[in-house]
Amino acid sequence: MEAFLASIHYNSWILPVLLLLPIAGATVVLAHGWLTQGNSGALPPSSSARVRQIALLLFTAEAVLSLGLWWSVDPSATNWQAFVDFPWIPMWGARITLGVDGIAMLLILLTTLLMPLAVLGGWTSIRENLHSYYALLLVLTTGMIGVFMSLDLLLFFAMWELMLVPMYLIIGVWGGQRRLYASLKFFLYTMLGSMVMLVAIVYLAMQTPDGLGRPVFSYDYILANATLSPTAALWLFGAFFLAFAVKVPMWPLHTWLPDAHVEAPTAGSVILAAIMLKMGTFGFVRFALPLFPSAATNETVRVVVLTLAVIGIVYGALVAMVQPDFKKLVAYSSVSHLGFVMLGIFALNLQSVQGALMVNLSHGVSTGALFLLVGMMYERRHSRLIEDYGGIARVMPAFAVALSIVAMSSIGVPGTNGFVGEFLVLIGSFRTRPLFAVIAATAVIFAAAYLLWALQRIIYNPLDKPENRQLRDLNWREIGLLVPLVFAIFWMGIYPKPILDKTRTAATRLVERVEAMKVNQPVAQGR
Amino acid sequence: MNFDLAVPAQLMEALTPDIVLMAGAMGLMLAAAWRTDSDRHQRAVGLASLGVLLVTLGLVIWFGARDLTAGTGPVAVDRFRWSADVIFLVAALATVALAIEYNAREGIQTAESHVLVLFATSGMMTLAAARDLMIVFLGIEIMSIAVYVMAGLNRRSAKAAEGALKYFLLGAFSTGFLLYGIALVYGATGSTNLPVIGQRIVEYALAHQGMLLVGAALLLVGFAFKVAVVPFHMWAPDVYEGAPTPVTAFMAAAVKAAAFAAFLRVWLECFGSLEFAWFGPIWWVAAVTMVVANVVALAQRSVKRLLAYSSIVHSGYLLVAIAAGSRLGASALLFYLLAYTLAVFGAFAVVSAVGRAGERSLEISDYEGLWNVRPGLAVGMAVCLLALLGFPVFGGVGFFAKLYLLQAALAAPSNLAPLAVLLVVTSVVSAGYYLHVVRVMFMKPRREDAVEPEPVGGMTRAVLTASVVLILVLGLLPGRLATWARNSPPTLGTTTSAPPIARGLP
Repeated sequence: MEAFLASIHYNSWILPVLLLLPIAGATVVLAHGWLTQGNSGALPPSSSARVRQIALLLFTAEAVLSLGLWWSVDPSATNWQAFVDFPWIPMWGARITLGVDGIAMLLILLTTLLMPLAVLGGWTSIRENLHSYYALLLVLTTGMIGVFMSLDLLLFFAMWELMLVPMYLIIGVWGGQRRLYASLKFFLYTMLGSMVMLVAIVYLAMQTPDGLGRPVFSYDYILANATLSPTAALWLFGAFFLAFAVKVPMWPLHTWLPDAHVEAPTAGSVILAAIMLKMGTFGFVRFALPLFPSAATNETVRVVVLTLAVIGIVYGALVAMVQPDFKKLVAYSSVSHLGFVMLGIFALNLQSVQGALMVNLSHGVSTGALFLLVGMMYERRHSRLIEDYGGIARVMPAFAVALSIVAMSSIGVPGTNGFVGEFLVLIGSFRTRPLFAVIAATAVIFAAAYLLWALQRIIYNPLDKPENRQLRDLNWREIGLLVPLVFAIFWMGIYPKPILDKTRTAATRLVERVEAMKVNQPVAQGR
Repeated sequence: MNFDLAVPAQLMEALTPDIVLMAGAMGLMLAAAWRTDSDRHQRAVGLASLGVLLVTLGLVIWFGARDLTAGTGPVAVDRFRWSADVIFLVAALATVALAIEYNAREGIQTAESHVLVLFATSGMMTLAAARDLMIVFLGIEIMSIAVYVMAGLNRRSAKAAEGALKYFLLGAFSTGFLLYGIALVYGATGSTNLPVIGQRIVEYALAHQGMLLVGAALLLVGFAFKVAVVPFHMWAPDVYEGAPTPVTAFMAAAVKAAAFAAFLRVWLECFGSLEFAWFGPIWWVAAVTMVVANVVALAQRSVKRLLAYSSIVHSGYLLVAIAAGSRLGASALLFYLLAYTLAVFGAFAVVSAVGRAGERSLEISDYEGLWNVRPGLAVGMAVCLLALLGFPVFGGVGFFAKLYLLQAALAAPSNLAPLAVLLVVTSVVSAGYYLHVVRVMFMKPRREDAVEPEPVGGMTRAVLTASVVLILVLGLLPGRLATWARNSPPTLGTTTSAPPIARGLP
């Protein structure tokens, strides 16, 4: 495989192609809509069926193309893989620099592989303005994978914001009852964080001018040349922290999440939970920690962040327990899981960081699957309330099996993907921060409690509601889209080594870089 | 080549584009009066005005491409001037294009309305060129008097009359401030020439002299009125609401741009050494403007008033470039003004198209479900609003304008970082109202009783398309524009030896 990929120079073109294919696809989809639109402005039904197929084809092509990254990216390399670099705005020192390491590669694969499933998940529930919907999903994809591969801070910022408008429209146009409120809240929260980050980015770029006194936005250049005073580093870290913490989301900045996730259409929820939340944690790993190690190792900062992470873990789990709405329950469980990621990242040792990256991925798979299942429930019964269900295992056995497996993985039962990451995070953080680890570990119990309880009320218990007797079981499309997810759940749970191998070098370098800064710091008080 | 402005022929040559525009305007004024008012005549004069503007634009670009300089004199010959002229002329072209169709719809048959745009534009070009306080005053008056009339063009509208009168009275009032300020500065320094004033303040250590400081403060108030920043903004919403939509766009974009160009030149050249005195006031005016105007804009129901407050907000942002007090600030100002002009004209093209005869559809609620009936207008409006918001990619060049402003702020010797943070935080507030319009257009269903919008005229469509395409293309590839802005700072200081100093200075 490696030889084949090398023979077609895969690494030299894959990233730009992955980035541009969805945008080009969006134009194709819009053009199709424009061409098939009759004089009345209404679309013939055949056109709707066709555009779904076109979109699925585009997302599948993107996924297949991206698969090669698994083999072509050398995870043990210390330089960027599949690196490309074009000039963009010479006057401002901004370039189009793309490259990945093991961490980014896995997240890109998560994105490209989940997108076709998300499209399949919303196959029949989206009925209006299909062309715009798929075009927005495609643009969103560009933004998401762009975030993971940008090595220029300005480009990164543009990609970071690029996702915002499509997601805003997806929630606002195709969402549920309170979609207007949820979409605006989502937009404002995210924008507030990122705008402050913009100031920090510009400041950073101007701190390290090139020979002609122009700013430089290149990540590598800033990493190598920035000399920041501890105070400046602290402020800049704060700005990046705000942007990423909103996205993660960390308690108490999480309040947009339940609204957005619940109101978004199925594909929107899947993307939000499985991919967009990962951008926050990815931002910490790629930018906030390596750029400002002195701030990240500052004892006060670490204790504050770890405290917020642990509060998020416990709070998310407790709130999830009392939710009458299953989609909201899943949304709050995200707050809890992402708290684990933050705990792992800021515990800052190899095990915890690798564990955090693993939780990142497995949360993407299992929460993505949970939202897809919620979507299937909702499409049949038009209710998300747990109390409206009960005993549906009898009418929907396949659904019950799938929901049970996915819930187990979300709980973190050994043998599923959820276990590996959380376990690593807990061991890793126990070594440096035992107190936080112990508190966080209680949330594993809560997670079992809220999910098993919900499971019991939804698929077991007596089948006492007449409306529920007529529910159809999963069809082939739905089973087909769940199979890869279930496969991933078990693969990552039973044999996670290939994935852990991919992140080892990058995680080691991160920990070393940040810890090296701590050793160099003359002031080592408080330890 | 280097002009010696003391030689009349060379001074004339340095003013060629201005003279061509002025002459064209006067010729067209006669032509406009030649026939009785009719829609056909109005259109013909409008098209001729477009021609004159295009010729002037060509001349300006040609002058800008040659490497021209000049010694000290009443006018500047530098890239800053030509670049600012390009912005005014683009705005004027868009205004006339919109106005031709707007006038036809509203039954305004006065052909002179287009000629007034030319006069106002020549005033603006004078302002951009002015390197002498008297020329600044001249430019402001030529511009303002034409715009006072334009604001009241629609004689059938009571709102327009109210707005025009308000604009005229407050405008005259602010001119008074400006003139008094000029007199005091002259009294303190003995000159009205910008570089000479700047030089004398340093040479004679006049920085702490009372008369000079009061003069500078009055000039600041005068400019603050013209660019409409809080607390000197009261006139703007009413005037913008009452004026015909194309005129509103012209005021929001071009008049503001011209006032800022003169403001910047005066501040950089004269009062650089007074920074200790003006930095605080400008900082606070900028901060208060950003906060107040953004918050008030949230409460607006009429799209025109919303855009009026948005233009006040942008004045607040632009003050950051003035406060930076640097060449980088000047470049950022130009870049921002261009991006802002494109976005404003795109947005007002939509307002004009949706407005219907008699401007009956100006409420935000009239835009409900616009996407379902006029998708082009809705998408165009969304792009322009996101550009005003300074959002990357979808807002195109608006983002880079904000980025440039941030660069200027963070590179400034004085501490503008808090103001930069305030700028971005208040821009999040502005997302509240810009996105509200987007949300209404895309996410609300069309009301049952809503009237089908009228078909969009060709010129309006052209203005909208051109704005949106430019916003998006420059938003992906801003490189050349950035280089252009970077290479267009105003000339500073004297290039020749200073003229002899008048006797009897304090």
